[in-house]
Amino acid sequence: MEWLNAVLQGILLGGLYALLAAGLSLMFGVMRIVNLAHGALAILAAYLGVVLSQNFGIPAFATLIVILPVMFGLGWVLQMTLLNKSLVRGGLAPILVTFGLAVVLIQLFQEIFSADFKSIQAGSIATNSIVINDQIAIGVFPLLTFVVGVAVIVALQLFLSRTRSGRAMRATSDDKDAAQLMGINNRRIYALATAIALTTVGLAGVFLGIRTQFNPTYGDVTLVFAFEAVIIGGLGSLWGTLVGGMVLGIAQTLGSQINPAYGILIGHLVFLAILVFRPTGLLPKAVNS
Amino acid sequence: MTTDAVALENVKVSRSTKSSWAGLFVGVVVVLILATAPYVVGRGLQQNLVILFSLIVLGTMWNLLAGYGGMVSIGQQAYIGIGAYGLVVCGDIIGLDPFVSVALAVVIAGVISFPITFVAFRLSGGYFAIGTWVIAEVLRLIVMQVDVLGGGSGITFQAMSESMSPGRRIAYVYWLSLVAVVIAIAVTYLLMRSRLGLGFTAIRDDSVAAGSLGVRVVRSRRLVFVVSAMGCALGGAMIAASTLRVEPESLFSVQWSAFMIFIVVIGGIGTIEGPIVGAIIFFALQQWLSDLGTWYLVILGVLAIVITLYLPKGVWGLISGNGRIRLFPVGYTLKNPLEKYSLAGRAKKDIA
Repeated sequence: MEWLNAVLQGILLGGLYALLAAGLSLMFGVMRIVNLAHGALAILAAYLGVVLSQNFGIPAFATLIVILPVMFGLGWVLQMTLLNKSLVRGGLAPILVTFGLAVVLIQLFQEIFSADFKSIQAGSIATNSIVINDQIAIGVFPLLTFVVGVAVIVALQLFLSRTRSGRAMRATSDDKDAAQLMGINNRRIYALATAIALTTVGLAGVFLGIRTQFNPTYGDVTLVFAFEAVIIGGLGSLWGTLVGGMVLGIAQTLGSQINPAYGILIGHLVFLAILVFRPTGLLPKAVNS
Repeated sequence: MTTDAVALENVKVSRSTKSSWAGLFVGVVVVLILATAPYVVGRGLQQNLVILFSLIVLGTMWNLLAGYGGMVSIGQQAYIGIGAYGLVVCGDIIGLDPFVSVALAVVIAGVISFPITFVAFRLSGGYFAIGTWVIAEVLRLIVMQVDVLGGGSGITFQAMSESMSPGRRIAYVYWLSLVAVVIAIAVTYLLMRSRLGLGFTAIRDDSVAAGSLGVRVVRSRRLVFVVSAMGCALGGAMIAASTLRVEPESLFSVQWSAFMIFIVVIGGIGTIEGPIVGAIIFFALQQWLSDLGTWYLVILGVLAIVITLYLPKGVWGLISGNGRIRLFPVGYTLKNPLEKYSLAGRAKKDIA
């Protein structure tokens, strides 16, 4: 029963990881950019949540009304300025620029918010749980996070397959020169992709901030977990990212069940094992570099 | 046609330039002057110079990996940690001579990094970067579980402080660090001048094309990765011998990779001089802004982003006039008595 409970909690945790990883997956899928500032940006949203709820008295979930548009705008501006420029430079530039951005953001958080742990207070919803029997209880908030994670993946998938902008994004991803000849403005498509990615990051950051106590270094941890979810699931596949998040979540909760100190380590080891034995991930999709 | 033939007969391929002979001379003089420091300056300055030297070694090794091998790693702290812990294990736990321990720690890092390449090389680009980081995290989490190594709280390096006076110890560590700088630069220089070096340059520019021309891409990358790991371990051993305190959280910190990246990007990626210039700039800012906490990292990060986007050859590129001055020439220069001959002029720029 304990183990079943650990698996259940792992699946729910996987929902958070999938939510965190969706933006990373989208940006890589469209532009082949691995955004190393991804985790730091999620923590930026979490700190925005703390400031808005503590200093302005806005209820935790209502902060999303402010944070999501801010992150959307930030994504657009980021792509139009730094990232498009780094793509033109090519080579190592996108990696170096996003890594530099991550370090700058995390150091700024240290200076502004200190290394103390903070969290977004959401009241009883963060602590309530649905008791199934005396050993299994499902937290309302982790369940909500999972549902939102799945919903974001489904929404992104529908957006890419059904809408005009989504089609343009896939076309740009397949062949950016041909897409441009067909009248697609790559720079704007990239900006839209990053804006959407950062919106999901904003959502993920606020949920992370409600769920756990975090400090600036969580920017690093978040990036690593999101990355592992993407690779375990298979590059370029959003459904894969969801599965990858769940596998990582289960590995971590089962590891913690063995010994609380082993959770994260076993998550990493499962990731490395998949890299060695199934390098294309669990749900691979052909990716042309 | 005949004029071309005459011109080509007179063309000489040279591997050195006037600036490189001057550079070698100045380099030897600087190293000799620096070698006298323990007799001239106090312990505080020596210890500061050890920090600067370790930054030069680490920057040079990261540059070898990224600037020549085309691999951006943010997990080199793995080998810094192995170097530091290797020194403590060999020196204190096994009880070997401290200097033998440093050499052994470097070898251990090389041996551990070899199988790691088989995992890390499954990834490329940005994912390779995060993959190396995960591997460093795994090492950190494992070391934290080992009680002999002090677990999460770390361990103190005692062999050197027990067997010699503080002044003597600091002087030895200083000389060791100076030798490490010379070794790191010399190894990079010789590696890049060798036949392999030409292959590396081809790989960096286009790995697929290089492969189709017969360059053994994966094998070359593996060699660079292992050498870089050994160099980072040397840096780690220097840091441990200097600070005497080895803690998993600080030695396996991703911050080291941030330092290395900033040093190389600001100094000038893909040149041997760049990381030296970058390390001096980094060290100067770190000392100058030390009262302001970590703001120096914010400034360096912004600087690194701006330089990546607008000045890809870095500060050394500015100083050297985009590569006209070369202290460590790894390329080939054509010397033609008919300087107007246009191909030679262009080739000078291209074959670098």
